[in-house]
Amino acid sequence: MALDTTTAGMAIDASEPPPPHKHPYHLVDPSPWPLLSAFSAGALLFGIVLWAHYNIHWMFGVGLVGTLASATLWWRDVVRESKQPGVHTPIVRIGMRYGMSLFIASEVMFFVAFFWAYFHFALYPEHVAGAETAIWPPKGIHTFDPFGLPFLNTMILLLSGCTVTWAHHSLIEGDRKGMLQGLAITVVLGLFFTFLQAVEYSEAPFAFSGGGIYPSTFFLATGFHGFHVIVGTLFLLVCLIRAWGGDFTPKRHFGFEAAAWYWHFVDVVWLFLFICIYLFGAGEIAQH
Amino acid sequence: MAQAAHDTAHSGHDDHHDHAPGFVSRWLFSTNHKDIGTLYIIFSVVAACVGVTLSILMRIELQEPGMQIFSGGQAWNAMVSAHGLVMVFFVVMPALIGGFGNWFVPIMIGAPDMAFPRLNNISFWLIVPAFMLLVSSMFVGQGAGAGWTIYPPLSDSTYQSGPSMDMALFALHLAGASSILGAANFITTIFNMRAPGMTLHKMPLFVWAMLVTAFLLLLSVPVLGGAITMLITDRNFGTAFFRPEGGGDPVLFQHLFWFFGHPEVYIMILPAFGIVSHILSTFSRKPIFGYLGMAYAMVAIGVVGFVVWAHHMFTSGISVDTRAYFMAATMIIAVPTGIKIFSWIATMWGGSLDFRTPMLYAIGFVFLFTVGGVTGVKLANAGVTVILHNTYYVIAHFHYVLSLGAVFGIYAGFYYWIGKMSGYQYPEFWGKVQFWTTFIGVNITFFPMHFLGAQGMPRRYPDYPDAFAGWNLVASIGSYISAASFLLFIWVVVLTFIRKEKAAANPWGEGATTLEWQVSSPPPFHTFDELPRIR
Repeated sequence: MALDTTTAGMAIDASEPPPPHKHPYHLVDPSPWPLLSAFSAGALLFGIVLWAHYNIHWMFGVGLVGTLASATLWWRDVVRESKQPGVHTPIVRIGMRYGMSLFIASEVMFFVAFFWAYFHFALYPEHVAGAETAIWPPKGIHTFDPFGLPFLNTMILLLSGCTVTWAHHSLIEGDRKGMLQGLAITVVLGLFFTFLQAVEYSEAPFAFSGGGIYPSTFFLATGFHGFHVIVGTLFLLVCLIRAWGGDFTPKRHFGFEAAAWYWHFVDVVWLFLFICIYLFGAGEIAQH
Repeated sequence: MAQAAHDTAHSGHDDHHDHAPGFVSRWLFSTNHKDIGTLYIIFSVVAACVGVTLSILMRIELQEPGMQIFSGGQAWNAMVSAHGLVMVFFVVMPALIGGFGNWFVPIMIGAPDMAFPRLNNISFWLIVPAFMLLVSSMFVGQGAGAGWTIYPPLSDSTYQSGPSMDMALFALHLAGASSILGAANFITTIFNMRAPGMTLHKMPLFVWAMLVTAFLLLLSVPVLGGAITMLITDRNFGTAFFRPEGGGDPVLFQHLFWFFGHPEVYIMILPAFGIVSHILSTFSRKPIFGYLGMAYAMVAIGVVGFVVWAHHMFTSGISVDTRAYFMAATMIIAVPTGIKIFSWIATMWGGSLDFRTPMLYAIGFVFLFTVGGVTGVKLANAGVTVILHNTYYVIAHFHYVLSLGAVFGIYAGFYYWIGKMSGYQYPEFWGKVQFWTTFIGVNITFFPMHFLGAQGMPRRYPDYPDAFAGWNLVASIGSYISAASFLLFIWVVVLTFIRKEKAAANPWGEGATTLEWQVSSPPPFHTFDELPRIR
């Protein structure tokens, strides 16, 4: 099978240790984390039902702790394996690239659902039930000034895209200091974005619950994006810690690349949110 | 425990070639595609017991006019919904994709395992809590009675106020996560782990089928995830996506649901296409007719399958132009489907046919799927569907493609591969008996539903006017024969493991050419420690 290593961004190093099998694939040993993660996720979702209908909280807590713990331990194992000689062979690393790209593709389709919901009403305001005039945003809704906090957040995310690329280039050049600086600034920018979004939500001129269709589309689209920013920030933070510990080399740093891909994905989603919801969907601007 | 698992990991590298780990490690913590495939198949049979029981309860209720065993419409709707969701997400998909896909995709491409063995295992284990949530939703409060399509407003908190609807929705979330991870795993395995010489255009058709299926899953299931998330927030957290009183629109849910739901029907049938292609070729002792056309027909079905969703919504008030487009686009799918049907027939044409049980099921599949496909073309007409929408004609149509099509694919695959998977060959006589009782049972069940639908009997009601009594009685009798055939299937499985008739590496002769017939029955714990070379 043709193996184009140049486009995959890594040359097969003659000094790579040979894999333990006669084939180059990674046969993973039995692991308890998939089972524990699956049942923790089940407990987490069942916990939401118990919380919403019976005001019982402990199941949600158990599920959350279990999910986070098993995910952490699972990834710890992956990081450990990456350091074992001959386990993450070049072809295994290509497989990881496929896996991460496909995961991001599925995430894109998840956001498609929320954009679809938004455009269903924003492009066809006649779909909004009960409105006297078919306009978007619906009558009575005051929106954020797109060139206030939203534009600042756009700049923050674009800048963080630059700093993560700075970190990547420094890593490839073997410039440890630049890599750490770039990554650290990216993490700080991610946290700053989340902080500003919290400020924005607290000043929202419309209510999430019972506020009607505009806040529904606004909060679920931007809220799931915000959740992905938090996940991406955590991913980059883990990479920062790993970079500090010397896990990445100029030739082998897929964990970093995956985090950077994910971060760019989050960034692009935000650009669509900014253009479609904040800018195109701007109505009468709320005064604070 | 983590550390213990990790230590076995270190010591295990060189000496675990062919001795499997202990019970807990092997079956609970598994990272072996064959063991996970076996778990999926066992799970699917267990879920099928639930799904078949529900369908029998439904046919007992509908056997004659009047209310028989259900307390009312809500209880009926809850059973109907659970039947649909169980069959789709917990019987057909786990058997075809998780079971046969896991077992045979790596072997057929000459790979030692799946690309991400731990993700493979979480894909399996996620459907267990999902199934628990769904089944318990039937017993909590009034049950989740909104149909498998969970349309609002029926599924919103006004009409399904209890926790059971949320449990069913979260069950779908878990099953969806399982599918997405599994899909990424299959695509990576197929793209990255083919043995030397196994080019895409030499790949067995079952692998092609799984590749297309995985792409459909990867791109459609997250949209369902988004839709049910909005439904959950509408129900519990005060949003208004689908609630007209807040400005929302229930039709939006139908769009989102069917953008997933239509690819989903191909997700269920494409793996069966793959299995049937192998079986027809094996038992005709001929290569499949038009291999490349067969592969790209599946790709075409997958691609076009994404742009036909609103043919499920012809009566939801969408415009005439929209209906005209979706009608035309839907009919285009008949072209690649026709390529497949005719190629299957051409494969058998002039072949040396051997009517073993898998072959009977495969031929039955071609015949019955064609019946379902033809009624599908008819239903694709927006004008006709205005009359037939939500009647038993639709029920007949999709049961011909699914419970006769996809399920025949499962049975066919089971008989074809059980010798390979377990090392024990099934009893041929009982297999054939099981085929004929199933074939007769399902046709008696579902063929009369065409008549009932054409006469105007609506779906999703536990009662009906006396005029519909005759064919309903026939359908119920057919369903008892089908259920008895399912029990007979379990008997065949038991017999297979009691008789212990050793299966040869290739029990089917020269017609069986794919790689799984080159390895022993059952295959070693790790296949292809040394990669095969494909000429």
